[in-house]
Amino acid sequence: MREITYRQALNEALAEELERDPNVFLMGEEVAEYNGAYKVSQGLLDRFGSKRIIDTPISENGFAGMGVGAAMVGLRPIIEFMTFSFSLVAFDQVVNNAPNMLTMSGGQFNIPITFRGPNGPAHQLGATHSHATECLYANVPGLKICTPATPRDAKGLLKTAVRDNNPVLVLESELLYSSKGLVEPLDYELLIPLGEAELKREGTDVSIICYAQTVPLALATAETLQNEEEINAEVLDLRSIKPLDLTAILTSVSKTHRVVIVEQDRPFCGVGAEVCYRIQKEIFDELDAPIMRVSQEDVPMPYNERLEKAVLPSAEKLIAAVKKVCYA
Amino acid sequence: MPGPEQCDEVEMLSLMLLIRRFEERASQQYQAQKIGGFCHLYIGQEAVVVGAVAATRHDDYIITAYRDHAHALARGTTADACMAELFGKATGCSRGLGGSMHFFDRENHMYGGHAIVGAHVPLAAGMAFAAKYRSEDRVTLCFFGDGAINQGGFHEALNLAGLLKLPIVFICENNLFAMGTSVERSTSLKQIVDRAEGYDMPGEIVDGMNFREVRDKLAEVVTSIRKNPHPAFIEIRTYRYRGHSMSDPASYRTKEELEKFRLDDPITRLRAQLTREGKLTNEEFDEMDKRAKEMALASVKFAEKSPEPPLEKLYDYTYANGASA
Repeated sequence: MREITYRQALNEALAEELERDPNVFLMGEEVAEYNGAYKVSQGLLDRFGSKRIIDTPISENGFAGMGVGAAMVGLRPIIEFMTFSFSLVAFDQVVNNAPNMLTMSGGQFNIPITFRGPNGPAHQLGATHSHATECLYANVPGLKICTPATPRDAKGLLKTAVRDNNPVLVLESELLYSSKGLVEPLDYELLIPLGEAELKREGTDVSIICYAQTVPLALATAETLQNEEEINAEVLDLRSIKPLDLTAILTSVSKTHRVVIVEQDRPFCGVGAEVCYRIQKEIFDELDAPIMRVSQEDVPMPYNERLEKAVLPSAEKLIAAVKKVCYA
Repeated sequence: MPGPEQCDEVEMLSLMLLIRRFEERASQQYQAQKIGGFCHLYIGQEAVVVGAVAATRHDDYIITAYRDHAHALARGTTADACMAELFGKATGCSRGLGGSMHFFDRENHMYGGHAIVGAHVPLAAGMAFAAKYRSEDRVTLCFFGDGAINQGGFHEALNLAGLLKLPIVFICENNLFAMGTSVERSTSLKQIVDRAEGYDMPGEIVDGMNFREVRDKLAEVVTSIRKNPHPAFIEIRTYRYRGHSMSDPASYRTKEELEKFRLDDPITRLRAQLTREGKLTNEEFDEMDKRAKEMALASVKFAEKSPEPPLEKLYDYTYANGASA
């Protein structure tokens, strides 16, 4: 194992898949000559050339749609959104074209496409650039969605996404690009299945269910809870929103009997709402307390730093929720 | 595949007749409530897609909007599979899951059937991109109506196609109305073809009621694209005799206007040309028309007796299995 950044892990995944399959290409704004707005595609133009690493104008609807069309005739596009907040300009292509094609054509046209880029609030980007889009896209049948939180997951999930025969959204996190973690050596073929959660910390008293940016938050908070409250929290990273690893969720909850879901999206129809529903439907009797959710506040993201912090999930909010379900 | 000069015009006329008789049957079956949803008929525009098909190869990509029955038929999808799709049957060209607006036929390189106006134009650019990426000489024919040319996706796709020099023909089937809104009421340009200039691609206006003009112009453009990939734009002026959809009485236009176009009917016109040149007798035409009517009627019978898509397969088409090796 080596320690590399989340950004480097994604870069390796892209390079390996481009190397492996000539039908794979990367297209998006500033992916080639600029080496990526967040440098995820650093060096790829030099290595693979302008035929396969393609800069586009600011034209999300156009190039997302081009990706879908290219996928219809057998290519495997990787479409980078500079942020998933901009994917909203291409919403029709991501929601109406990519995932509907297989059904509409009676099974004739699957769309093997990867849409990737940073998703969720970063830091003081204001309302238009801070969207956590997972709950919007999770509502759409035909899409798969993963949310890597570590370099290892980033590499393994992105590689799997590119090989999947369906449209897959790889929702990265701007705040995690420079974070480091252990990843297998370069010659190791790292593939992490979509729809498989990972227990990031074992515990006995409460299950903290998290994904993406809330994973490091949950892990840090679990240590605080252990040290200051003597609460031993289990941290389950969903890794994929769709398909959802219900088995892992139910296994953890059946062990701890208490649940807090900490999510980076908004409360109304958020990912946690669905997880919550599934838990109570399947194992109501296992629960020793009502399920709590910690999410964003239900407001457009304010620019002001103090207010932004108040909108986001935080250690304080998470600790309060955990103590509530533990009646501590 | 035959080039345009060798294409059998009598056969192409027969295809236009099949499209018309099929659409008339579809209209009747819609009124009999055998067909659900929306249904947009192509009657009057037959020379456009048949002319285009006559000018291209079978492996060239075709993609269009929701007025799509004719594009499938012209490409070789059977009348049976088309009518069964309208009936929502498992034997339909999209297994009954697409409906009138979503005809697909992979074998015949017909890539839909797209019902969000303008949304398929970027897809077409992507298909052309793939052809160029693989160094193939096939051309993408992207059909759309005059209503699509004010959508953002249309403009983005034309810009990208121009920028990347994609092998694609943007074919605007200008039938003068986007639903009930005339081109004058929707578009700031005097003529639609001028959109091409904004994206630095050649543009032409073609009389869509004249099969030969459509075929010859398309053949010229496609030949040029095959030699050296580039996008082109063709505004084909045509007319739909029926309303926008089955529920539209088309009260926004005059009887005189409709009559004017009907007098210039593309089927009558090609028939007259062929008859005058001694290539078609009245008896042969009548025989062809009879055959078209029989095929359309037979397609209704086929659709009627076809099975529904099985309920237990409801979830089978949401995700594709497997992954690339």
